[in-house]
Formats: sequence, C-alpha cells, structure tokens
Amino acid sequence: MNRHLSFALQSLLVLGVLLTIWQSAVWMGVPHYMLPAPLAVASVVVERFPALVRSLWLTAEAAALGLLGSIVVGVAIALAFAQWRALRRLLFPYTILLQTVPIVAIAPLILMWAGNGLFSVALVAFIICLPPIIANTTQGLISVEENFLHLFLMHEATPAQVLFQLRLPHALPNLFTGIRIAAGIAVIGAITGELFAGSSRVGEGGLGYSILYASGQLETDYLFALVLAATVLGFAFFFVTMFLEWYFLHHWHESNRPDLPD
Amino acid sequence: MSADIVIEHVSKQFRGGALALADISLQVGDGDFVSLLGPSGCGKSTLLKIVAGLTAPSAGTVAVDGISPANARQLMSFIFQDPTLLPWRTVEENVGLGLELSGTAAGVRQAKVDEMLELVGLSAARQLYPRQLSGGMKMRVSIARALASRPSILLLDEPFAALDEMTRDRLNDELLRLYAERQQTVLFVTHSVAEAVYLSRRIVILAPHPGRVAHIVDNHLPWPRPADLRLSAAFETQVACVSRLLRGVQAAAAEPSV
Repeated sequence: MNRHLSFALQSLLVLGVLLTIWQSAVWMGVPHYMLPAPLAVASVVVERFPALVRSLWLTAEAAALGLLGSIVVGVAIALAFAQWRALRRLLFPYTILLQTVPIVAIAPLILMWAGNGLFSVALVAFIICLPPIIANTTQGLISVEENFLHLFLMHEATPAQVLFQLRLPHALPNLFTGIRIAAGIAVIGAITGELFAGSSRVGEGGLGYSILYASGQLETDYLFALVLAATVLGFAFFFVTMFLEWYFLHHWHESNRPDLPD
Repeated sequence: MSADIVIEHVSKQFRGGALALADISLQVGDGDFVSLLGPSGCGKSTLLKIVAGLTAPSAGTVAVDGISPANARQLMSFIFQDPTLLPWRTVEENVGLGLELSGTAAGVRQAKVDEMLELVGLSAARQLYPRQLSGGMKMRVSIARALASRPSILLLDEPFAALDEMTRDRLNDELLRLYAERQQTVLFVTHSVAEAVYLSRRIVILAPHPGRVAHIVDNHLPWPRPADLRLSAAFETQVACVSRLLRGVQAAAAEPSV
C-alpha cells in the first residue's frame, strides 16, 4: 500500500513540475493563442463545462456503439473462421488488409455513403475496431490443444458444443486483448469520424467536430480542454475494459494469479 | 459392465512415412487390466489412440465390444498424461463435463458428481479452479471426470508420468481400488516397470522402430494388491523379470540392423 502511495506521489510531483514549467513559459511571453496557460485552460474547462461534457458524451456514444458493434460482429466472424477453415483461408487476409487502410482516408468516403450523424461516426469507429477483435479472437479459437479436442470427441460432443463450450471460453483472454486494443482506438475512430461529420448546429458536436471548430476560431484554450477531454475518454474506455477483463477472467486465468510477483 | 477389445493386424504409418506400428494383434478381455510397456518410440500411445478411435490405423482392425472404436465411445473413457482440465471450470464443473455434454439432467448430474468427488476424496475442493490444485489433485479430478460417465473401458495414457513418486504410488493404489470396485476393462500405457507390475494382470512389452509386440507377460501377483506388496520378494522378482525383457528389447533396437 505504501509503495502505491509513494508511486502516486511521485507521479503527481512530475505532473506538478511539468505544469509549472508550462505556466512559466506563458508568463515569459509565449502568445496566448499559441500556448494558453494551464490556468487559462482550467478556467475554460469550468466556464464551458456543459458544452464540453456534451461533446464528450456524443463522442463516447459513437465510440461505444462502434466498439460494441465490432465485438458482436468480430466474434461472429471469428467463430465462422474457426468453424470453417476454408472460409478462414479465403477471407482472413482481408481483415489484415482492413487494418492497414488509413482511417483518415476512408472516413470521408464513409460519411459520403452513410450520411452525417451518429451512425456514420460509429461506423468509422467500428471499422477500425474490427480487425484486432477478429484477429485475436480467431487466434484464441483455433489454438486449442489437441488433447482438449480429443477429450470432447471422447464425450461425443457436437460441433456446437466444441465451439461454444471449448473454443469460445478458451478464446476469452484473446478476445479481451482484442477489446483492449480496440477500446483505445475506438475513441480515435470516433473523433476521426467527427472531423468529417459536421454538425446539425453550429458550434455543437462531438469532440472531433468541436476540435475543428475551436481551431477555426483560434480558441486555443478550448482546444486544449477538448484534447484533455479526449484523453480522459480514452482512459475511461481503457479502464472499463480492464475492469471487464478482470471481472470475467480473474477466477481462473493465469494472468490474474494473485500469488505472482509484480 | 465391461467389454473387450480386439486388435487385429494393426499397422500405423504416419504421413511423413515413418512406420509407428507394425502388425499388432492383441486381445484385452472383459475386466482385464493390461499395461502397454515400452521404450519411447514404440508407439504405445498411438496404439491407445487407435483403440479410442482418435486416430485411424493404416491397416488392420480394432473392435471394441464388437463395434468400431468411433461408435463405441460411450463405452470408453480416456485419461490423458496431462490432466486436461478446463481452467475456466471449477473442480465439480470439470468432473461433470462429460455428463453435461451428453445432456444428463442437472439433478442426476449433481448426484453423480458428488459421488465421484467422494470417490477420489475431493469433496472439499469442489469449488476450486484447476490452477489452485496440486498435480496429484488435478489428476484425481481427471480420473473422477473419466469415471463419472460409468465407462466399461478405461484407457490411460501415462497418466501419472509427470507426478512425483509418492503421489504416483498413492494414485496407483486408488486406481486399483476403483478397478476392484468396478471391474472395468483397463488398457494402461506406461514406461514404468514397477507401475505396470503393480497394477496389471498382463503386461504387453512393445519393441520400437517400428512398434510391435515383443512379449506378453502374465502377471501372477495375487489379488487384492495392498500397498506393501511393493516391498515383497515376489514383486521384486517380477519387476526384475519384466525389466530384463524390456532391456533386451531396447538392446535389440539399439543394435544396427543387418
């Protein structure tokens, strides 16, 4: 416990030093529109808190929708890949291809096809979340040891039983690795989508839209506040996933063994 | 509730071309306890997998209770060298796995699981996960799971090879007690002479490269077999005799063929 406390104090100390340097730089004459002071950022956060939260919430919604969609669709695809080897060999390379497509380049296309709005933004998040979910889950589903398959065979298990009672639980740790990767990029995907999505009302939209708008207006202090909000959102996604992973795996999985040294 | 195994002229050639088994014929009678003993490379595990229907012979036939192994699976249970417990299931859920897969009603299943846990002395550990168990306990769970579906035939593939000697001896005693109670047909793969002598009615010594039957030893040690039988002169004589045969087989295999 003491160790954790001193670690936290050290981290806070580093943060304090960085903020002091930053604030001093502004006092020494860096122009406000280039680099707003931390205190200015703090005051704009307080001042425009409702708008900030609204943007944050819109982006969170889109990112969460995209992430959930990618989990559902990704697991379904991975199950199909595990069940039909021919299908996997035929289509698996394309999921890798999907991963290498620069999202910034296809986001405008998606918005052109699907129209503006929550759905399209979530779709952008969905598309970049999908490959890590498929790749990791498929890996887990097909890497079951032969002895386990023989065990199920000896008990005359049906293909569905092998898939859902052996392969799927075996792949859970891999699925959560995929979700952890996807959660990080879901927020990035949603923000990227919003950069192109525009808004129905001037000055209001998700974080991505607000970032564009604030930069157009040279509201650098609000821009910083939005970046801060995006970081907070990314962290929130990460921690929720970590919690879910712990919740589902800590009973049995080796990665959560209590008696392992740090 | 037991059945016989008839192996006739079984050969197994792996896809790479290596001949693992050559013309094996063997009969395991109702309620018999036969050990397959041999040096590594003699194909004893492969033979067991063929009997289980987990791999097909290249030539020859196997009949389990008169039918093909793949159709006789509900008669058989297979115990692997590795306990192969599902890490996400508790001890009792692992023991109940086979019953669950075959669709046994929950109430009946629970009663059988309770009985099996009692049998292997793990009632207190029922809620634990495999990672919380010692090697010996894991193997007991594996045995309980295999027995839960009341098989007529038990196939064991070096089940105790990875355990320390004390644990192995204790599990051997338990296996004999279970065998005495249920009179299953048992086919037991091992590379331990003492284990084979202590447990079985007959010992089949296989020669390697390719795997073939070298000797079949009738083991006349009396039944029941208490733990201190291992200290008796008769036991030691039998171990020495089987060891000599096994060493002969290995020496012959080591000599360059002419």
